[in-house]
Amino acid sequence: MKQRNIFSATLLFVASIASFSQLLISPALAATIEEKTPEEVKGFDIAARSDRSDRGFGDSEAEMTMVLRNAAGQEASRTMRFTTLEIPDESVGDKSLVLFSTPRDIEGTALLSHAKMLDPDDQWLYLPALKRVKRISSRNKSGPFVGSEFAFEDFTASELNKFTYKYLREEACGELQCDVVERFPRYENSGYTKQISWVDTTDYQIRKIAFYDRRDSLLKELKFEDYRQYADTYWRSHRLVMKNMQTNKSTDLVYGEYKFGVGLTDSDFVKGRLSRLR
Amino acid sequence: MDRYFEAIDRFSAKLTRGIIQFRWLVLAGVVVMTFGAGAGMSKLEFSANYRTFFSDENPELAAFENLQATYTKNDNILFVIEPENEGDTAFTNNTLAAVEALTAEAWKIPYAIRVDSVSNFQYTKAIEDDLIVEDLVINAKDLTPAELLSRKKISIDEPLLVNQLVTPSGGVTAVNVVLQYPEKSLMEVPEAVNAARALRERIETEFSGINISLTGVSMLNNTFSEVGQMDAGTLIPLMFLVILVMAWLILRSFAGTVSILLVIAFSTIVGMGVAGFFGVKLTPISMSATTVILTLAVADSIHILISLRGLMREGLPKIEAIPEAVRLNFMPVTITSVTTIVGFLSLNFSDSPPFWHLGNITAVGIGAAWLFSLTLLPVLMSLLPVKVKEAHETEWSQTMMTRLANFVIANYRKLLVGVSVVVLAFIAFIPTITFNDQWVEYFDERVEFRTDSDQALKHFGLYPIEFSVPALNSGGISEPEYLDNLEKFAVFLRSQSEVIHVYSISDIMKRLNKNMHGDDQSFYRIPDNRELSAQYLLLYELSLPYGLDLNDRINVDKSATRVTAMLHKATTSETKIFLANSRQWMAENWPEYMQAQPTSAQVMFTYITDRNIHNMITGTIAAIFAIALIMIVALRSFRLGMLSMIPNGLPLLMTFGAWALLVGEVGFSVATVASISLGIIVDDTVHFLSKYVRARNEKGLSAEDSIRYAYRNVGMAIVVNTIILVIGFLVLTTSSFKLNVDMGLMTIMSILFALLLDFLFLPALLLVMEKDKRSVPKGDTQSAPESL
Repeated sequence: MKQRNIFSATLLFVASIASFSQLLISPALAATIEEKTPEEVKGFDIAARSDRSDRGFGDSEAEMTMVLRNAAGQEASRTMRFTTLEIPDESVGDKSLVLFSTPRDIEGTALLSHAKMLDPDDQWLYLPALKRVKRISSRNKSGPFVGSEFAFEDFTASELNKFTYKYLREEACGELQCDVVERFPRYENSGYTKQISWVDTTDYQIRKIAFYDRRDSLLKELKFEDYRQYADTYWRSHRLVMKNMQTNKSTDLVYGEYKFGVGLTDSDFVKGRLSRLR
Repeated sequence: MDRYFEAIDRFSAKLTRGIIQFRWLVLAGVVVMTFGAGAGMSKLEFSANYRTFFSDENPELAAFENLQATYTKNDNILFVIEPENEGDTAFTNNTLAAVEALTAEAWKIPYAIRVDSVSNFQYTKAIEDDLIVEDLVINAKDLTPAELLSRKKISIDEPLLVNQLVTPSGGVTAVNVVLQYPEKSLMEVPEAVNAARALRERIETEFSGINISLTGVSMLNNTFSEVGQMDAGTLIPLMFLVILVMAWLILRSFAGTVSILLVIAFSTIVGMGVAGFFGVKLTPISMSATTVILTLAVADSIHILISLRGLMREGLPKIEAIPEAVRLNFMPVTITSVTTIVGFLSLNFSDSPPFWHLGNITAVGIGAAWLFSLTLLPVLMSLLPVKVKEAHETEWSQTMMTRLANFVIANYRKLLVGVSVVVLAFIAFIPTITFNDQWVEYFDERVEFRTDSDQALKHFGLYPIEFSVPALNSGGISEPEYLDNLEKFAVFLRSQSEVIHVYSISDIMKRLNKNMHGDDQSFYRIPDNRELSAQYLLLYELSLPYGLDLNDRINVDKSATRVTAMLHKATTSETKIFLANSRQWMAENWPEYMQAQPTSAQVMFTYITDRNIHNMITGTIAAIFAIALIMIVALRSFRLGMLSMIPNGLPLLMTFGAWALLVGEVGFSVATVASISLGIIVDDTVHFLSKYVRARNEKGLSAEDSIRYAYRNVGMAIVVNTIILVIGFLVLTTSSFKLNVDMGLMTIMSILFALLLDFLFLPALLLVMEKDKRSVPKGDTQSAPESL
């Protein structure tokens, strides 16, 4: 317990430095960060414990099928390969690569992202039909990812330092007990005012997230199902079900087997490699 | 025949005596029944959705619901922002800052899922291999004049913006908010509208020198419920006042006036209460049922009270006069109630649920009025002190009526011909009537929504027509052929005079193609292969912010897109022509798989008149025959029953002709006027014929004398009744809702025409018929017209 507190205090220190310039301008903000309430500390701890239960996986690769459904019940699907490179430094986000395989007209299209904590992620897209890599310069990428109910920010939602936290309560979630933690995006141009996450107290995995829009009303609900453990350490949900509570559209993400330790390095996550992926 | 009438007479007189004997019990029963039924009124709510005008079976509604389920709901609130000085540009630091603030704040309007404006327009440009996507206006307060100018140029050059969110001159701009309601409570729309109004006020105070108008589908929906409530607040008290004054003027009796007010109030409570129990959602149209019940319920009581006064003047004591007055009126009051109910019930043939509600609520109310006139009224009259003063007006009116009778009898052939010519002349004008159902114009200028929408219509279109255009297969929207065809369609649509703006993804594709080639203008065209388009789209979608995605334009498996043609001021007939032209264009220029059906609220309103007229013709004919059947049974005469169809049907036709001549344009409520009027105008015929039959059969008088008897005994009552009805429906015409105004005016016309025909045409017809029946010479009076 004591140890964890010291650890989170260190993390807070790192986070404070990251927003150092802001702190200088706004002493009020500094005060709020320094004087964390017990709920905020506990919320952060729970998120950190969950995030860290996953630390050290190195890299991973999985095939993913995305099933989109509109309010009329029509369906469409896209398949892609998701590759992630873990960056040990918690103040820097992971790097990821999405290679689309279907529908056929976007086959070979590849999206490279370098997640950042507070600034917009760096993103490049390779368009095989144009045979060129384009950098996407957009401050606000909170829109739906390839027409789905997921925003790109929802994929990188596990980055610990993208949020501030507040512990709410403990309650049953299915067969498990969950800590319910509110989290608030620290980055600008998020599509959300807050999220509420349910983290189980057994495996420390996120079971559900409720997303709240700018009006602070419930926008979407994401359920994480079919958790499987790899190497007795890393848990991965193989079925993510996102439902838009306002439009009744929904999207399922169905993952195949994860492969860990594929041997990827930083040099696989540079824009020059995008055109040579297969 | 005699025995039949006698039996009814005996029954009604006996019934009334019984009622008076157990009057406290009856009174208690009536009160319990009224308040029991009235409890349902607490369940009544105003509908805030124009869709209530369309039945679930309406094919246009079904098509539109399907489109909305595929893309996004179409409810919107449109803020139109213009500088106070007309002609000033909207591209100033102040106005753009207002737009920027409004855009940001509009997201917080309850149920808003999307906000579009020039400030958050996702402007794309290329710098080398970077695709830059950003809000067109950021920090408007700090923009330099040159920057302001460039924003203006970009806006008016952008096909997705110009004429949709900015005028070509850059003088006026708009912010469109799309809302999606959970549809769980009727308070959702008012909630959103109140937030929008508060926001407008805030922005107008914060940024001086701008005017904001509020319109859109949500504002329309809210206005339906607001106007209904407004009507309820003004029309009903006005109606009570009018009836109070009229009843007093006619009866000059405190007891009579109080009794009438109670009878009509109770009838209305029962009608509305039953509606509440059936879960009817109120609209301005169904709300008009209260006015209609109040008007029609008066008639039964007035007839009985006039008879009562006459009998008491003749010296009959009150306790004997009451059963006698009921006896005399039992038949006609019953028949008129039944025929009126039949007329109103035929509204169920309409395609529009609010008219079903109007018909059914009124039918229940009329039924209650009949019951209360025969129970509550005698009880009250027996309880309250009734004094009758000797008056001379009766004699005066009797003389008038006798003179009129003699004139008609003397000139019946001339009248037959003359009236026929007038009737035919009116009927000849019917085809020139034009239908117009533009929802903005359903409300008069007293309603803020109307003035705001008129203001908005000066600059932008308010009537979207949607086309969901299918591609050949999944992902097929990226095919060059598909996009080329879409582009050609957009060009065609823009060439139509009614169309002010067209939204098609082909414009986005062209812009992206240009961006992807370093903003080279020569690439501002549809990409030439499918993969390219698909990948551009993917890239573009990855770069859009929350709420500004393309999901409202492209379906999930990218096998169809939505093209929207925004119509400017287009009447129903212009819209029909436009729809026909676009269908034809698609048929001629597009492959089979792309053919799309236009749909939208405007399309629904465009066909609502056709559907209603089609259905209501059937309904009205059914009602005319049903009423004729009732007359045949009630009068025990096949000939008279069939004859009654003439004075019952012709006033309706004359009304349509007169309307075509005087007004020319009408909304879909026209279709229902026939049913409403029919049930009412039949009453005059019933009263006239029943008196005629009574004289002919009971008293054994000749046709001529029977006509004189009818004029003397019921002529004045018919005139009085007509005056009451005309004034009652005049009250309805003070409504802010055009459909109610039209309905009121047309009903007034048909009532007046009915009076005319019943007085001048029906007696002449009776004389002709009697002559045909047995051409026995009857005496001097009959040969007289020929010699004249």
